[in-house]
Amino acid sequence: MAEQGEGRGEETKFSVWDLPDVPMGQLPPHLELQRTRVFCNKDAPIHTESIQYSGAYSSIGVDNSVQLDNFCKNFRVEVIRLNEDDIEFDMIGIDAAIANSFRRILLAEVPTMAIEKVLFANNTSVVQDEVLAHRLGLVPISVDPRLFDYMSENDQPNEKNAIVFKLHVKCERGSPRITVKSDELKWLPNGSELVKESTANSDSSSKPETYTYFSSSQESVPEFVKNPIAPKYPDIILAKLGPGQEIELEAHAVKGIGKTHAKWSPVATAWYRMLPEVILLEDVEDELAEELKSKCPVNVFDIEDIGKGKKRATVARPRSCTLCRECIRGDDWEKRVALRRVKNHFIFTIESTGALPPEVLFTEAVKILEGKCERVITELS
Amino acid sequence: MEHGSFTDNSAATFSLTDEDHTLANSVRFTLNQDPRVTFCGYSIPHPSEARVNIRVQTTGDPASEVLKDACQDLMLMCRHVRSTFDKAVEDFKASNAVKAMKIDSNDSSDSEESE
Repeated sequence: MAEQGEGRGEETKFSVWDLPDVPMGQLPPHLELQRTRVFCNKDAPIHTESIQYSGAYSSIGVDNSVQLDNFCKNFRVEVIRLNEDDIEFDMIGIDAAIANSFRRILLAEVPTMAIEKVLFANNTSVVQDEVLAHRLGLVPISVDPRLFDYMSENDQPNEKNAIVFKLHVKCERGSPRITVKSDELKWLPNGSELVKESTANSDSSSKPETYTYFSSSQESVPEFVKNPIAPKYPDIILAKLGPGQEIELEAHAVKGIGKTHAKWSPVATAWYRMLPEVILLEDVEDELAEELKSKCPVNVFDIEDIGKGKKRATVARPRSCTLCRECIRGDDWEKRVALRRVKNHFIFTIESTGALPPEVLFTEAVKILEGKCERVITELS
Repeated sequence: MEHGSFTDNSAATFSLTDEDHTLANSVRFTLNQDPRVTFCGYSIPHPSEARVNIRVQTTGDPASEVLKDACQDLMLMCRHVRSTFDKAVEDFKASNAVKAMKIDSNDSSDSEESE
């Protein structure tokens, strides 16, 4: 409501000497508004930048630096929605630079497991090996990547850095076509079952050498006893087989990050938007109120009765505003309605692909940023 | 890697490998918040090279110390974000569990009445 008063005050004539003194250490209201809000005007948004420099307002005696304890005092998180796959929460009192870092890390730097190597024993389907291998890579696997290590170039695949799946489907002659879905991927907790040719020929009595070097079964890991490793969704179509066609392969999943390939990205999407703020600069009544209500495609405005058959528009659901600016289109509407965005209030949404719950993904992302800082600190000292 | 002069350590460019906008932009933010910093900025010299250069000029303190403090600040901010977030999620889960319990108990009381 305070903003409404200011909006009117700017239009009326007044003497500068009647103005109250600006309190020290506090920005004048119009500058404070420019600092904290993006103005979404009819033609373009203005004041979109965030004022980061500590001395930005030093000429009027205002300190713009964010002290850490100040940040800690003002920072808030409010969870709006949380389920197995997605989370929506408000992050209040943080700069876009840091919120964006979290988003970037979620997309590109939080690790997951994904199929990286596919060994084909037989593929007579119409889907070529490389196409099928690519499709397999994109299948989300429901397993906690924190239990695994990265596999570097000269590492042998073992139980700590690889997951092996087997897929063997055959469509018999004379039977109808079949669809191969992701539930056909069977986890092999003891590692590869394909025998390397070189060792198969030699007649040694020891165990034949396979493509992995598991020293123990992954089934003995307590985390996998409760929930065995499998694709997150059982109904992802991988290929279709005609009569007489067969696919036999082994897929090796390793740990990786989204920067290398999008298949390792743990999120379907992660995004944020700034909180929209819709302000009525003057009372919008009667026909104008009706017009305003019908202008908005997402029903931000409501109409209230103020007695004597008069009606007035109110802002009921500013959060659902998409800033389509339909309400400020046309003559004079920009004088009645102001659309703004709150610069330090982020509505953050994370959609997980299933490896980790979304709230864990976010804490992992924050930990990764902490790790980056730590690396720089140790390098400097 | 630090590029600066031997006589004046209040200005330097730090070249970080395997980093990008993710770290550089947030460090620039915390650097800008530091009153000892007169200028700071970052650039990625070539998009296909995983490297970012961060320029720091200070009012007199060693640039490397200021950058270190900025990283420290960012780390503490992250830590606070994490604890606040974890608490918010916990509270949300707890309040939802209470709501679900209330619904359950309402159901059971209804059924008892009908009996």
